[in-house]
Amino acid sequence: MARMSVKSLLVATFSVFTMLFSTVSYANDTPQHGTPAAEGHGAKEFDVTETILEHIKDDHSWHLWGHTTLPLPVILYSDKGLEVFSSAKLMDEHHEPAVYAGNYNYKTIEGKVKVVKADGSLDKEASAKVWDFSITKNVASLFVSIAILLLVFLTVGGAYRKRGVKSAPKGLQSFMEPIVLFVRDEVAKPNIGHKYAKYMPFLLTIFFLILINNFLGLIPFFPGGANVSGNIAFTMTLAVFVFIVVNINGNKSYWEHIFWMPGMHWSMKAFLAPIELIGVFTKPISLMIRLFANITAGHILVLSLICLIFIFKTVFASAIAVPFAVFIGLIELLVAFLQAYIFTMLSAMYIGMATEEHHHEAAHH
Amino acid sequence: MLLEINPLVLPDIGLVFWNTIAFIVLFFVLRAFAWKPMLKAIHDREQGIEDALSKADKMKADIAAMQSENEALLAKAREERAQMIKEAKETADKMVADAKDKAKSEYDRIVADAQVAINQQKNAALTDVKNQVGSLVVEVAEKVLRKELANKSEQENYIKQLAEGVKLN
Repeated sequence: MARMSVKSLLVATFSVFTMLFSTVSYANDTPQHGTPAAEGHGAKEFDVTETILEHIKDDHSWHLWGHTTLPLPVILYSDKGLEVFSSAKLMDEHHEPAVYAGNYNYKTIEGKVKVVKADGSLDKEASAKVWDFSITKNVASLFVSIAILLLVFLTVGGAYRKRGVKSAPKGLQSFMEPIVLFVRDEVAKPNIGHKYAKYMPFLLTIFFLILINNFLGLIPFFPGGANVSGNIAFTMTLAVFVFIVVNINGNKSYWEHIFWMPGMHWSMKAFLAPIELIGVFTKPISLMIRLFANITAGHILVLSLICLIFIFKTVFASAIAVPFAVFIGLIELLVAFLQAYIFTMLSAMYIGMATEEHHHEAAHH
Repeated sequence: MLLEINPLVLPDIGLVFWNTIAFIVLFFVLRAFAWKPMLKAIHDREQGIEDALSKADKMKADIAAMQSENEALLAKAREERAQMIKEAKETADKMVADAKDKAKSEYDRIVADAQVAINQQKNAALTDVKNQVGSLVVEVAEKVLRKELANKSEQENYIKQLAEGVKLN
């Protein structure tokens, strides 16, 4: 009975709000067309894409609350040398991008530091010469995540040293051990085989770095709020590390299977070689895109749901948007773990493929 | 260019740079101070558990072996005891039989001895009686002879008579 009534109540609420939103949006449409001047410069048209992108993209300052932002160091390297200054200098008192006169005249355009000409327009030629090594929001968040990882795992590692082998794990140690064992028994051992121990530190580092950044990305405010694991630069770097580890450890049979597939006719071998060679690169690229796309998509989904409130311009929209956002947030929690697991598992699989010993090789010749 | 269509898929050199450094530092620090001691401790513990289990199994097998050995020993002891009892019984029986035999033979011997002694005594008594009868006869005969041969002529007659009896070859 109770469940039935809850269900019908939900259905009723949903239909009521759907009707409400449609009327509200109609209501809002009319005055906009009628009095465009009334909207003025203060109340800009709400741009969903821009808002979402702003939250997903990297930034030169870390938004804390309201109008308070944490300025971060901007580090630029150009043909005129290295320069370091606070990102606060790129903003005026109204939190609008301002021109800072360093070696060049810098201004943030779409969140990125660019060189501008005297008239304030983008100087593409000069911008190309400037390398931006700034501690951006993502870099700072990455450092926070690394500080957390170091704090947690140095404590845990110390606990193993101090408590020794005989005593059972305790506290944080006993929380982390099953995860480490999971990586070892479910990821490394089945995919790499008996040589798994050599790759365990790499896999564990990758797994926990992705996991913590996925989790930090889900926290909507400081020290989270950055979208590190949904940033292509981050996933690319990790994918490059995987690429290096896989190909450095690739054995003779791995390269043989790429360039001269055994057990095939020579024409087939010649045909397969370029395909296999492309495969060497597509594997890490797929890692890069998978993590980036999954995390970014999750963030976009949550932000879109929250944006519903601003699109419909009514607080009642939150009755739908917030539960859905919470639901998606829970799924994201799962995805955060899942993507860290998948990235690590595929890395382990690629390492396993590269280091596999083909005992059946003799049969081919 | 394709990458410039969406700023999301354009990697920033800054993040790549810092991420590379951060990852390398994180990897080496954690490998030295977290993963290695952790994995070693876990491995050692698992090894310890495995050792303990195999040791327990071995001990169980040992105990089972010992138990069966004990049982065998017990069975053997039981058998030995039965054997010993049997032997003792046999010995006792034999002893009793021997004693019986011995007693019987002794009895027989005693009886025989007694018989012999009786016979001897009897014979001795008989001899004695015979001797006494003999000497009595001789005495009587002497008395008779003394009375008959009181005179000289009769004596000579008798001597003659005797002498005739003795034939010299």
